[in-house]
Amino acid sequence: MTDTVSDSVSAENTAETWTLRGYEMVVGLEVHVELATRTKLFSGSPNRFGDEPNTNIDPVTLGLPGALPVLNRQAVELAMRLGIALDCVVQRSTFARKNYFYPDMPKAYQISQYDQPICIDGWLDLPGSIRVGIERAHLEEDTGKSTHVGGTGGRIHGSDFSLIDFNRAGVPLVEIVSRPDIRTPDQAKAYVSELRAILVAVGASDAKMEEGSMRVDANVSVRLPGAEFGTRCEIKNVNSVRSVGRAIEYEAHRQVGMLEAGESIRQETRHWDENDGRTHTLRSKEDADDYRYFQEPDLVVVDPDPGWIERVRADLPVLPAARRVRLAEATGQVVDSEAILVVTDRDQDAYVLAVAEAGGDAARALVHVKEAFAEQGGRPTVPAADLAKLTRLEVDGKLTATQAKQVLAEIVANGGGDAEALAAAKGFEAMDTSELESMVDAAIAALPDAWAKFCAGEAKAVGALVGAVMKASKGQADGKAVTALLEARRDAS
Amino acid sequence: MSDQFPTSAVDIAWNVRNNIASAAEVLERHLAAIDEREGDIHAFNLVLADEARARAAEIDEAVAAGNDPGPLAGVPIALKDNMCTHGIPTTCSSKILLGWRPPYDATVVTKLHEAGAVIVGKTNLDEFAMGSSTENSAFGPTRNPRDISRVPGGSSGGSAAAVAAGFAAASLGSDTGGSIRQPAALCGVVGVKPTYGAVSRYGLVAFASSLDQIGPFANDVADAALVLEAISGHDQMDSTSIRQGPLDISRQLDMGVAGLRVGRITDLPEGASPDVAARLDEAFDALREAGAEIVDVEVPAFGYGLTAYYLIAPAEASSNLARYDGVRFGHRVEAPDTNAMYMATRTDGFGAEVKRRIMLGTYALSAGYYDAYYGRALRVRRRIAADFAIAYERADVLLTPASPTVAFRLGDKTSDPMSMYLCDTYTIPSNLTGDPGMSVPFGTGDDGLPVGVQILAPALEESRMFRTAAELERRAPK
Amino acid sequence: MGAVALGVVSDRITPEVVAKVAKLARLSLSDDELQQATHQLSDMLDHFADIDALDLDGVEPMTHPTPIANVMRDDIEMDCLDRDEVLAAAPAAEDGRFRVPPVVGLDD
Repeated sequence: MTDTVSDSVSAENTAETWTLRGYEMVVGLEVHVELATRTKLFSGSPNRFGDEPNTNIDPVTLGLPGALPVLNRQAVELAMRLGIALDCVVQRSTFARKNYFYPDMPKAYQISQYDQPICIDGWLDLPGSIRVGIERAHLEEDTGKSTHVGGTGGRIHGSDFSLIDFNRAGVPLVEIVSRPDIRTPDQAKAYVSELRAILVAVGASDAKMEEGSMRVDANVSVRLPGAEFGTRCEIKNVNSVRSVGRAIEYEAHRQVGMLEAGESIRQETRHWDENDGRTHTLRSKEDADDYRYFQEPDLVVVDPDPGWIERVRADLPVLPAARRVRLAEATGQVVDSEAILVVTDRDQDAYVLAVAEAGGDAARALVHVKEAFAEQGGRPTVPAADLAKLTRLEVDGKLTATQAKQVLAEIVANGGGDAEALAAAKGFEAMDTSELESMVDAAIAALPDAWAKFCAGEAKAVGALVGAVMKASKGQADGKAVTALLEARRDAS
Repeated sequence: MSDQFPTSAVDIAWNVRNNIASAAEVLERHLAAIDEREGDIHAFNLVLADEARARAAEIDEAVAAGNDPGPLAGVPIALKDNMCTHGIPTTCSSKILLGWRPPYDATVVTKLHEAGAVIVGKTNLDEFAMGSSTENSAFGPTRNPRDISRVPGGSSGGSAAAVAAGFAAASLGSDTGGSIRQPAALCGVVGVKPTYGAVSRYGLVAFASSLDQIGPFANDVADAALVLEAISGHDQMDSTSIRQGPLDISRQLDMGVAGLRVGRITDLPEGASPDVAARLDEAFDALREAGAEIVDVEVPAFGYGLTAYYLIAPAEASSNLARYDGVRFGHRVEAPDTNAMYMATRTDGFGAEVKRRIMLGTYALSAGYYDAYYGRALRVRRRIAADFAIAYERADVLLTPASPTVAFRLGDKTSDPMSMYLCDTYTIPSNLTGDPGMSVPFGTGDDGLPVGVQILAPALEESRMFRTAAELERRAPK
Repeated sequence: MGAVALGVVSDRITPEVVAKVAKLARLSLSDDELQQATHQLSDMLDHFADIDALDLDGVEPMTHPTPIANVMRDDIEMDCLDRDEVLAAAPAAEDGRFRVPPVVGLDD
């Protein structure tokens, strides 16, 4: 049985396909996001992280006798926004009680949505044209937080006692449940990343896995292609996008190993341990809890009118996928290319378009922004017009790519600058053609062997010739122009 | 008590507001009554003499300063001990909440305070409002002021007894399956369950959320109207609160019943004792004499209400009472781990009836049984509501007994839970439908004990319900 | 609970099921209590079987007495409770938090 994922030499693992000794993986993801509201889902205590314990509390948060929940309109709005952004249907919904005992559950039931969730039947398209179905997205309240004291490692097992802070209790969550359409660890990671980008874009959540405002649970099973779905295990405690991939990879390996050994997979919840790179059985409960769901009698039906739904739809910002398409079209790039993904993810796509609008060359701007603007954030300090001017100089042949890079470095360092003036100050001048031509001829004369090979069709031979011209010009020559001249000479002879 | 001295809530408020009687004086008379008989009756879990005196003094000061303390100025009112009072113990007559002081006031408590009322104490109840006799209290039963060998009814037995014994001019109870109307009938006072949502439940310790309502006990219909008006109205803290202002009833009390169609339910479930049945007949006669038209109606599903109730209420209760786990407040029995702590705390802290209903409710909701029990009961509920809606096309109000019998003796029904549940036969359906109901004293039955007649009306028709009650009150046998 | 004459016990609910239910509700019953609870619950369920006879085809469940919808509040902060007052009412508190014995047998 494989213990670690180093055995992936036998897994054919690409972004699009994953098999391990004939088995494929079937993965669904359940993502919980904390909504960016000011107050809690059912009461007016602040929805705030990092305050002194038990200071953001009220009778409803603590589940005191006599307390009653009242639904936060903004939570409904944000749930609708994210649902519509995921192409879900927004429907009439009800709340339900999920009954179970746990110290950080103040009422010993969680108010959630069961039969009729607010959003259903959506999808999320991943780069590479993979569509992952979204079964539902529903509202529910978060629990408090337990700290286990004593014992080792802050884990429950072996602790002496626990301390409970209810600041987080009642914070609004949306649980987004995907269909089991994911087939590779990379797809899972892409799903999480794209989902995060959408959540941030529509303002529903800051969706930070490291801070717990986005939590991912993975349901993993394996099967032979065409067979029925296998028994799945739920993996919890996955705290980063990278862990999503690692945990799923490990779990699939574990399950394949078991099936090959003739063992059956037990349906259970497992805990991902980032340190040892394995999933572990959580202490099994004596009896699986029967949650005894029933409709929450303290709340009434939520039935958003079509006008509200339409307004939310109309007010949605352009989503990341559409932004990538827009940027790709403007720059002539493939929509899944790294530059497009990176620049959009940094929220710098609008900037590139602004540079084009200011008369610059979009394709060059994209390259520069990708390479040099990593620290700039969504609102680069360099004025778009300045970068536009730089790209114009490049495209007009007045600056080589290397020269442009150096000018750009200064522009970025100074938060702007006149590209032409900076180039002149550095002594960058475009070489005029006749000067260039004489250097090319000199190189041909000096390297007859290389020239002969180049004319005979060895494309690599051009390197030596171009190198000689670059040396002679002290790096001022534009490599592309030199190559073009050599080719012209070759074709003419 | 002196004939000259105001004893009704209406009179007390008028006298205090107009500086004719002082709130302090009124209070002292009620405290004296408590001193004299509370030992025998045990209506209270907690008498708030000091707090009440301080409040009465405030009221008198306000009046002296020319301010109006409100429509209930100086009226001594008792509260069922399942309503949260900030900083004052609220026990629900359960060991599991012994000593707990809520950090907030129930909305009705705030409203009473704003109306100028003087809260004299927290009254005894069946533990967590589960019962029909107040014998399920962890602190001992309350006794019926008319005959202390008998029960006052339940679950709001303490509040009913407090008014019947003159300890308070009015009181608040809660009604989930009849827990105001039945004790009102047994104690010979007026008791009202308003339309569901008319009075805020914020701060009422929940028993069954879709059934619970707070309502008044009083010595007469006008007093009950006054108190109900003061406590009703939309509350933003309660999502099930109806979006309208306070009920407006007092002004129409004397309109009489001429032309009103009063329904007699011909297929009413049996179980009323002959004396109660006789008083009900006389009530119909009285209304007919007053100009009402008596019509026969049928409510075929009426009798199924008991079953629907005893599946729905315990189900909701099993969830509402899960929060009593020893973690954040109340009683805790220490144990090596949380599960053991829950077990020990709840087993020790809850009484037998509460445990019984929690188990029944847990069962009715559990996987595999939901459809047959809780799910089915919810559909029976809709059927009952539909039957009542049809009946209300032919009748404006309906009359039934409030309790099947007059007050029974302590211990009579405690060994057979089902027999106790039958006490609620006539009151339960209106909790299921959410319609209002009230009990009005109408003569006496066996052993000279009070009989109550129940008036039922459609949702938000408290006005016609009270008018009918006022007419019955005028014509009640002496 | 007074002494109960245990008559014929219907098998509408078994002691095993009652024991499971009690556990779900975090209530512990002695053997005697279990027997008695089984008898009483069974008796009640016998009575409650009357609703089996009703024809409820097409009758939807009624969870609420009143058909209100869309009750929501604005996303505005309201006053919080005083932590000291709340913790003073707690059975055990430490470091500004509620203290409980170790949590066992449950999810992390």
